[in-house]
Amino acid sequence: MSNKEKLIELISKYVGMSGKRLPDDVTAKLTQLRDAETQPLAKAVYESMFENQKMARDLDRPSCQDTGVVNFYVKAGEFFPGLGEINDILKEAVRKATIETPLRHNTVAIFDEKNDGTNVGERAPFIHWEIESNSDKLEIQSHMAGGGCSLPGRAITLMPSAGYEGIVKYVFDTMVEWGINACPPLLVGIGIAGSVENASILSKRAILRPLGSHNPNPKGAEMERLLEEGLNKLGLGPQGLSGNATVMGVHIESAARHPSTIAVGINVGCWAHRRGRIIINKDLSYEIPSHKGVTL
Amino acid sequence: MKKVLTTPIKDEDLKDIKIGDIIYLDGIVVTCRDVAHRRLIELGRELPVDLKGLAIFHAGPIVKKEGNGKYSMVSIGPTTSMRMEKFEKEFVEQTGVKIIVGKGGMGPNTEEACKKYKALHCVFPGGCAVLAATEVEEIEKVEWLDLGMPEALWVSRVKGFGPLIVSIDANGDNLFKKNKVVFNERKDKLVAEISEKVKFIK
Repeated sequence: MSNKEKLIELISKYVGMSGKRLPDDVTAKLTQLRDAETQPLAKAVYESMFENQKMARDLDRPSCQDTGVVNFYVKAGEFFPGLGEINDILKEAVRKATIETPLRHNTVAIFDEKNDGTNVGERAPFIHWEIESNSDKLEIQSHMAGGGCSLPGRAITLMPSAGYEGIVKYVFDTMVEWGINACPPLLVGIGIAGSVENASILSKRAILRPLGSHNPNPKGAEMERLLEEGLNKLGLGPQGLSGNATVMGVHIESAARHPSTIAVGINVGCWAHRRGRIIINKDLSYEIPSHKGVTL
Repeated sequence: MKKVLTTPIKDEDLKDIKIGDIIYLDGIVVTCRDVAHRRLIELGRELPVDLKGLAIFHAGPIVKKEGNGKYSMVSIGPTTSMRMEKFEKEFVEQTGVKIIVGKGGMGPNTEEACKKYKALHCVFPGGCAVLAATEVEEIEKVEWLDLGMPEALWVSRVKGFGPLIVSIDANGDNLFKKNKVVFNERKDKLVAEISEKVKFIK
């Protein structure tokens, strides 16, 4: 088997695994929220959620039927061999995982409105690239972006007069209007930048960050804490049926803004936040920091 | 005691069921989502399944084709019901469907339909797709497979299908609408409090 074939095999198995079991940090957070829940309807929903995750593992099936459109965030070490083939490898890995996991057929061609059942299509899987200097490793973060948790996604460019106060209102409005349907408790990602495309991608990168991590700026970390506390006081509860919590966390990522604009992006991860991180070495050995103890 | 409804469901089966109740279903559930609704209501195409007295599931499953020409259910959880709100009143009127299962709330069209034509909207806990799949005894048939796996009409026989949390009852009461009033009241106060603490532009 060539290295290319081995990588396709490895990443295909990794993608399949990430649809069947939640990352460790998400499971730990959900356990904490379940144990703290006091409202009967909310408790019943948490019970179904945990029962479902156990069944998914026992029966080796995707825990949620919506295995999303797969998004990859590649951080490629400059010395990792064969970088030119990675796009191809990721596409083939998704094609393979679609049959073997199996994944739901989720890519609908724009304009022609056809779903060919492969999960591979125009810019699908969507691949984001970063190059890391002085490294020979290939780090891949993946996210199964489901329909439910993609629906609340939005972005707006505010005027500086709206201030960070405008961001707070935008986040709360989005959560009450749309977050309620997106399978809470949610991980809320917020991007702040000078224009919408940058704010949007940062909002997605924010939900890739592990739970319990904080924005490096103390003011940013404080705003994350205030929003988390405030959103939990809304009490959307699991499935929006009301309960003690609304979110698993709030993460903010930022980029320097233009003096005239404050752009805000919002992206949420549902409770079944199927993201993961695999680090592949030059010799194709690997570790999966998001899912400890998993071998593919 | 577990409240179990069996299809075909009659108007009187629903009269004591209120929002917030948890029920279960035995019988036939048909997946029906965006394009199937659009085909019936907007394009005027006849549905290939008679839904009278049955349940629909706003869901797009993962199914596996077995060797014998049959299909088996791998994973099936609810999708966002609000996407079907635009069509649901006419849909209920035209089909006589009695239970709509999905996730999140629905709006005034569906409320009116549930009240006028005696039907329920229920939430199956979102993301719990293996749980739901194990409650499917058999996929009896599939229609409109030209729409692809998620959008096709999968006709399934289910046993103990649930928990189904009633979000709109046959009186037209709406659990999510009531909750949303409370959430919005809390929201204004919380936004004002937090805004005081994030005045970073000065």
